[in-house]
Amino acid sequence: MMRARYLQPGSLPEALAALDGGGTILAGGTDFHPARDARAAAEDIIDITRIPELRRIEAGTHAVRIGATVTWSDVAAASLPPAFDGLKAAAREVGGAQIQNVGTVAGNLCNASPAADGVPALLALDARVELASRAGTRSISLAQFLLGPRRTARAPDELVTAVIVPAWPPGARGSFLKLGHRRYLVISIAMVSAVVACDATGRVTRAAVAVGACSAVARRLPALEARLPGMPGTAAPESVQASDLDVLAPIDDVRGTAEYRIEAARVLVRRALAQVVA
Amino acid sequence: MNRPSDLPAQALTAVALTVNGRQVELHCAPAKRLAYALREELGLTGTKLGCDAGDCGACTVLVDGRQACACLMPVAQAAGRTVVTVEGLAPDGRLNRLQRAFLRHGAAQCGICTPGMLMAATDLLTRNPTPTEAEVRDALGGVLCRCTGYRKIIDAVLATATAESDAAPPAAGNAVGHRLPRLDGPAKVTGTEAFGADRAPAGALFLRVIRSPHPRARFTIGDLAAFCRSHPAVEGVITAADVPENSFAVFPTPKDQPVLADGHVRFRGEAVLGLIGEETAIRAIPAEAVPIAWEVLPALETPEQALAATGDWLHEFAPENVLCRGRVVRGDAHGALAGAAFTAEGEFRTGHVEHAYIEPEAGYAEVFDDGGRTRVRVWACTQTPYMDKEEVARVLRLAPADVQVVPSAIGGGFGGKLDVSVQPLLAVAAWKMRRPVRMVYTRAESMVSTTKRHPARIRARLGCDRNGHLVAVDFAGDFNTGAYASWGSTVANRVPVHASGPYAVPNVRALTRAVFTHNAIAGAFRGFGVPQACIATEALMDDLAMQCGQDRLAFRLRNALRAGGVTATGQTLTASVGMARCLEVLAPAWQGALDAVGVRNQAAAGTPLRHGAGIACMWYGIGNTVIANPSTMTIGLNRRGRFMLYNGAQEIGQGTYTIMPQIAADALGVPVTLIDQIHGDTDRTEDAGKSSASRQTFVSGNAARLAALDLRRRLCEMIGLTPAAALELDGTTLVGREAGVVRRLEIGALATDARGDVASGRGTFNPPTVPLDADGQGVPYATYGFAAQIAEVEVDVELGTVRVLHVHAAHDVGRAINPTLVEGQIHGGIAQGLGLALMEEYVSGRTDNLHDYLIPTAGDIPPITTFIVEDPEPIAPYGAKGVGEPALIATAPAIFGAIRHATGVRVDTAPCTPDRLLRLLRGGAR
Ligand SMILES: Cc1cc2nc3c(=O)[nH]c(=O)nc-3n(C[C@H](O)[C@H](O)[C@H](O)COP(=O)(O)OP(=O)(O)OC[C@H]3O[C@@H](n4cnc5c(N)ncnc54)[C@H](O)[C@@H]3O)c2cc1C
Ligand code: FES
Ligand code: FES
Repeated sequence: MMRARYLQPGSLPEALAALDGGGTILAGGTDFHPARDARAAAEDIIDITRIPELRRIEAGTHAVRIGATVTWSDVAAASLPPAFDGLKAAAREVGGAQIQNVGTVAGNLCNASPAADGVPALLALDARVELASRAGTRSISLAQFLLGPRRTARAPDELVTAVIVPAWPPGARGSFLKLGHRRYLVISIAMVSAVVACDATGRVTRAAVAVGACSAVARRLPALEARLPGMPGTAAPESVQASDLDVLAPIDDVRGTAEYRIEAARVLVRRALAQVVA
Repeated sequence: MNRPSDLPAQALTAVALTVNGRQVELHCAPAKRLAYALREELGLTGTKLGCDAGDCGACTVLVDGRQACACLMPVAQAAGRTVVTVEGLAPDGRLNRLQRAFLRHGAAQCGICTPGMLMAATDLLTRNPTPTEAEVRDALGGVLCRCTGYRKIIDAVLATATAESDAAPPAAGNAVGHRLPRLDGPAKVTGTEAFGADRAPAGALFLRVIRSPHPRARFTIGDLAAFCRSHPAVEGVITAADVPENSFAVFPTPKDQPVLADGHVRFRGEAVLGLIGEETAIRAIPAEAVPIAWEVLPALETPEQALAATGDWLHEFAPENVLCRGRVVRGDAHGALAGAAFTAEGEFRTGHVEHAYIEPEAGYAEVFDDGGRTRVRVWACTQTPYMDKEEVARVLRLAPADVQVVPSAIGGGFGGKLDVSVQPLLAVAAWKMRRPVRMVYTRAESMVSTTKRHPARIRARLGCDRNGHLVAVDFAGDFNTGAYASWGSTVANRVPVHASGPYAVPNVRALTRAVFTHNAIAGAFRGFGVPQACIATEALMDDLAMQCGQDRLAFRLRNALRAGGVTATGQTLTASVGMARCLEVLAPAWQGALDAVGVRNQAAAGTPLRHGAGIACMWYGIGNTVIANPSTMTIGLNRRGRFMLYNGAQEIGQGTYTIMPQIAADALGVPVTLIDQIHGDTDRTEDAGKSSASRQTFVSGNAARLAALDLRRRLCEMIGLTPAAALELDGTTLVGREAGVVRRLEIGALATDARGDVASGRGTFNPPTVPLDADGQGVPYATYGFAAQIAEVEVDVELGTVRVLHVHAAHDVGRAINPTLVEGQIHGGIAQGLGLALMEEYVSGRTDNLHDYLIPTAGDIPPITTFIVEDPEPIAPYGAKGVGEPALIATAPAIFGAIRHATGVRVDTAPCTPDRLLRLLRGGAR
């Protein structure tokens, strides 16, 4: 067996160089460690938490850039436009405080769990994922990034350097609702995030709704999103139809039945919309 | 900055960081997790490991001032940073404000979560010294506590912002009834308390057990010699062939469970073989590498299957797969039901429930030479050191005197540590290796291999007359006891006695069966089946109340057992029957809850929220069901003028280390501060039985009182006064006063016994009972605890979610020796009852961890109002009965009653998860 190394690059180029040789990326370790039992890693560990430029949230006019090692606590404490209220609510719902203090937004996406709380919030924000390797940098939509449970479009030599959210109209508001069996430290039975922008008359100009834990990868609801623009915001919640959720394909598990998930998701979609148009 | 780049992840490197204000340099693998580095490299065992996966928060430390799980952080990430552990809170030995508040409020019970709680709270308080309750809950939300129900922890954190201060210790004669902070508390809030995993002899080997992945299989072990050759880390192996007497069980018959399975496994997780060596290396060996050939057999997964499986018995001694039948029959239940004005019936089910104590089983064993005698010492977390001693002796075919059991502090038990776990395995390994051997169960191992609450299927029918007087209860319950006997017979025998509830019912027919299946072993869990039964019968009580058009509390009060009443076993209760009193003290809260429900429902009109209130009663026999369960205590006075209580009543967080001295102090008439203790070491204390059946306060408390009175008599004699004299100690002078006469005796130079005492006293107590006849008639228990609880809930009828808003609990405890500890038991019981009602269901293979198996968090427990009712039991110490199990029994039925009040649906299955409730609300079946 190759002797695995523990690498702590201090800059992005160093990290990309290390990654070129293979290895597993470690950020907050909150998904990394529980998945590994007591067994020693056979691969190099590339710890990216010592790279200062990755730990930044940059709110520009055209986009908000969330660096790869930005934690959930960082997001919750950041001052961001109201479109990010859903993401911030999700940040406060991930695990408990000690998970939020070290767990990263990017790690949540890279881990690609069907129940990842960050995914619906960022899908609804139309987030993009920035990937870098020695060969260069690319950016793809989050929907393209997530391929399936525990599967992403990241190549082995690529590092997710940031999550980028293109600007929403100034008045846009976001929400996030999580359904679990208990208050803290709970994997979602279902969760929904909505981001809606309205014009001065209160009519919807743009809407995005995403549902998590009800399919292999969290899904946006295209039929609903297509119906909402032009509608008075206040009418949005009641316009939700059962068929809007046809894109979902939930399963039965210890947390709930598929049937229940669909029913709950529909309720949550309605409520998530009600929060942002109220 | 320290950058161990390019270093092998598992090779040693130097990592510099600041720990508790001190610069330290660790020499360890950079990938080693901080929790292990703190514990192993720095000896800072105050940081606990409850799950090793981020799920429990026991390992919470501060990293640069913010709370983080030390089990998830590689040591290299802590390099150059500042880490504070619980040991850093009182660096000069003086407890800080938060630690003192924890002690005052009884915020630490077993104490295994306490370090994590303290660190999480410290993070909050440093940034926000005057937090709101919601902020406290958010800060503590990632740390699980299974004992306290969180309320006292939240109160303690909030109290740091107040001027509250410590009370003076009670004066002589006033210890009973005093809110004495727990005497073992300082060790728990400073991290010095040693739990099972916190201590082991230097050079101890590690034992890892390979377990069955199948619920039922035959197996053969292959070439172990070859396996050992190819795995040089393995220094020894134990199999069934190494166990001199390969069977154990809590009762003398049947001794049905092997220490290591012998060719046949009966449940998933059964121990098959042990690997011994250095911990990291032994843990790294894939289980598949061990040469075991499995022949998987079809398992009997449910009691229905097991009962129908003609000729296919799990155990030869149990034809039909029935371990035990329980029966209590009085009068003619069927006849009375036929003539009843109103009847209600139903079928109810509950699932497997895991104890989920935060401390996984751990300990060590060593063979030692005791003056030429070869003996075995076992250090482990346990609720029952004396039974452990007998079991270990039996398994090794040694005399009990050749075994010493030294219980560690125990990080929660709740019945789950009433069976042996690591003890015989360690003893067999240490005996074979002739070297100390330690082991720590992983969380998954703890969950898969130890006992659970019995799943129950109960059919019951209740009837009352036109005026609402109960006339009959007909009850039949099947309890899934899993693969081995454990405490199954206790459940089968205890339930029928309690099946008619704390009510006067002339006609009772209550039958139970404990059924073997290839499931997890069901054993003892707070209440021994009574909580399951109570869910069924209290739901039917609500039905009858509604049919009679009576208020639910009034209906229960009308039927409540009272002094002079006769139970289903024909026992006349002569005293200490506080059932009616509990309901009476709750009446204002009940009216308040009903009014609040009306107001809330009005306010919630047009929303999916529905409010409701529920009430449930319970009773619980204290101590074993008929079976003798004596306790013996001794106490001495030494030359230093201090008393030594030899206290074998195992502390499990409930407070026996505090209560026994309180009782002994008042019996002696001296301040409790004069009493020291030796606790639970089977070489140095006498048998005080098990910490089970809510018996310690009543049974061992009586023994402590009798021992103290015995010593008192001797001391009075020594000083020449009658036993009525008042005694005090003036340094090493014993002073006695009686009718104006003052006598002094210098004890500093008196002759002592082997233990160093100048005089000692001994007390033994066994609760008086009368065996039950074939119809279950007799006196199964000497005394009973009674309680009623009210739950107020909010139901979201679109999602099926339930939020408990408030619980009011009235408990007749006879006498509260220590009200803070009594409240702590009640809070913790309610939290477990809430978990049983709403979220907890163990599914072997799917929920063997603390993120899929959910217990309530700090955000799930509502405010609790406690009413302590004291209807003293004449034969109990100062009137005190137990409260440990009574605490949780009424909670789930009260919550279910509230859900029904809110929505109209009767909950028939626990847990009532959102999907189940929504199905019920839609009119669907279970
Ligand atoms: C107790 C507990 C509770 C939790 N509760 C929740 C919850 O409620 N909701 C929820 O969504 N999640 C939850 N999680 C999961 C986890 O905390 C989150 O997914 C977290 O955001 C992961 O971030 P991390 O930095 O810890 O990732 P890590 O564990 O460090 O990494 C996760 C994965 O992503 C890869 N990775 C990380 N960063 C990068 C990068 N920049 N580029 C490429 N690959 C990368 C790693 O190789 C690894 O495979 C919980 C975890 C625990 C232990
Ligand atoms: S041991 Fe770290 S969270 Fe449980
Ligand atoms: S005191 Fe919290 S787990 Fe025991």
